[in-house]
Amino acid sequence: MNIPEVLHVPDESGHFGEFGGKFVPETLMPALEELEENYQRYRLDREFQQELAYYLREYSGRPTPLYYAERLSAEIAKKAGADKRRLKIYLKREDLNHTGAHKINNALGQVLLALRMRKRRIIAETGAGQHGVATATVCAKFGLDCVVYMGAEDIKRQALNVFRMKLLGAEVRPVYSGSRTLKDATNEAIRDWVTNVDDTHYIIGSVVGPHPYPAMVRDFQAVIGREAREQCLKQVGRLPDYVVACVGGGSNAMGIFHPFIPDSSVKLIGVEASGKGLETQENAASLTLGRPGVLHGSRSYVLQTEDGQIREAYSISAGLDYPGVGPEHAYLRKTGRAQYLAVTDEQAVEAFCLLSEVEGIIPALESSHALAVLPQLVQNAAETNNDELVIIVNLSGRGDKDVQQVAEYLQGKPELVKEGTKVG
Amino acid sequence: MAKERLEKTFAALAAKNETALITYITAGDPSLEQTKLLVETLVAGGADIIELGVPFSDPLADGPTIQKAALRSLKIGTTLKKVLDLVTELRADRNSLASQIPIVLLLYCNTIFSHGEDRFPADAVAAGVDGIVVPDLPPEEGTALRREARRNGLAVIPLVAPTTPPARLKTLVAEGSGFIYYVSVRGVTGAREHLAPDLAENIARIRRASSLPIAVGFGVSKPEHAVQIGRLAEGIIVGSAIVRIIEEYSGEEILGKVRKFAGELKAGLKERTI
Repeated sequence: MNIPEVLHVPDESGHFGEFGGKFVPETLMPALEELEENYQRYRLDREFQQELAYYLREYSGRPTPLYYAERLSAEIAKKAGADKRRLKIYLKREDLNHTGAHKINNALGQVLLALRMRKRRIIAETGAGQHGVATATVCAKFGLDCVVYMGAEDIKRQALNVFRMKLLGAEVRPVYSGSRTLKDATNEAIRDWVTNVDDTHYIIGSVVGPHPYPAMVRDFQAVIGREAREQCLKQVGRLPDYVVACVGGGSNAMGIFHPFIPDSSVKLIGVEASGKGLETQENAASLTLGRPGVLHGSRSYVLQTEDGQIREAYSISAGLDYPGVGPEHAYLRKTGRAQYLAVTDEQAVEAFCLLSEVEGIIPALESSHALAVLPQLVQNAAETNNDELVIIVNLSGRGDKDVQQVAEYLQGKPELVKEGTKVG
Repeated sequence: MAKERLEKTFAALAAKNETALITYITAGDPSLEQTKLLVETLVAGGADIIELGVPFSDPLADGPTIQKAALRSLKIGTTLKKVLDLVTELRADRNSLASQIPIVLLLYCNTIFSHGEDRFPADAVAAGVDGIVVPDLPPEEGTALRREARRNGLAVIPLVAPTTPPARLKTLVAEGSGFIYYVSVRGVTGAREHLAPDLAENIARIRRASSLPIAVGFGVSKPEHAVQIGRLAEGIIVGSAIVRIIEEYSGEEILGKVRKFAGELKAGLKERTI
């Protein structure tokens, strides 16, 4: 693996090696070109960057802490049979952002760009509702019209976020096609964009979609990794051994990974949702089980049938319930720079409960997937490291939105409810 | 044959002062057997070119009518392989009106990539397909597909949109063959009340950039539209309005209604003035 090569993606045509690209109806091509032009211009524009930094700081509350989770570290060490003095787990507290997740980083960046492109109507897709809320929030803040497409199934699962979006003045349009989740909401958002391209900007919520979205969203989210790297150097005195993040489309993971890519000693671990198990049809592990294909405008790993039909994904976490994955993740996996694992609903819920119990932090179900992989990671790392083991987990969002669903899940799985746990 | 069959059809129509009626149906909706009958019915009704949709789970460029048709077709297990077999059958029956008609497939790029980008053009031509329309494959992508299509004489029909700027228009038409598919509205497929106001202007713009025949699609759904477009372009493409008949009626009734509708559309296309 050649680090400089891994860093300089995508190329001019938007490809990350064989992945990425632009696979969209011709009607959208000029809009993508316009977006790319503007993005290239403003990413180097000092005034734009200062304005973005201002809102990230004053409106969203950045920088978010890099928090040493001492009791979690001890619990994980115990589970892994490792020396607890040696394990230090740090949480990058993206859950403390305004609106409760990392999604606001990208929504702020894109809305500032939309204002400069004079687009007064904003559309977005949402799965768990976090990106929809973030988009509705920035639209309220800047006085723009906002339409959010959301799968009818997700609307049921995430009633709280639906109400938040409406409160923020957005129109939430339910999508009844296909599996009625994030994939279908994205189709519908793209169809809206094709229809209203002249006055509308589409704020894609993840590192997916046609070029320049995967690169642009990554760059807006890279603030997570830049902060975490600096904080780690300051607080620990060295770089971490591992950086761990959950991957649905993969924006929080790309955001925290990207600044660490040149640091070859830092292992990057993405965690996908294996839902009810990799051996079942009900999972969302695109990198683990998918094969290269085109979904939503770019080529990446996709869960699909032999005939090239996109399979319906499944995960307890609406934000990971997606049959594709950002093309740069496909590239990082192929080049070996990042490694991807998968955890089940059950493992994620266990981690959800554990973090709540030992740290007083209720994580999003999405982020719980990243936490769930820790025992396994520590176990495998235990023998290879003499020094202490430093792991950063991107706590991409908070779990308030998920408590109802977890309560229902635990009712069906009494064996997961520990004595003294007051959930359910 | 392939792309020459398209060229000959347009030349023959031009000689008669007629505009081509290009009809779209989704293959396998409601069944592959029924699709075969529908193709013959459309040809009997006046269709000059048949466009067969290969169903895809996530058809980004399609509105609700064709989305639902794709779902119906997928539900009964339609695959690209089965659609190619269907075309082979249509070609094999020499007595059938459909054996000589140009057939164009509309399919999304993942279907092609899943089949094998290199292999697909040869397999399509072997089955009797003359051209393809791929709504999510701009000329920047699919290099191997285009190379193999050229080698096998399969027309890759370029899509031009109302938003296409002049410089890009040149690239699009230079890459394409068969005819130009002009997407006349911003949006997805689906019947619409009125034609776009900038239609004539944009067709004139395309005509200055290319000598390929121009066919107008998206939103074209009524005999009045046929009359209006017939004065401007070499072809009209009607899809959702036919698919809706298939959705609303059943059995024999579908064939009768479809044949009548094709006839009404074609009636408006016989006095070309361009």
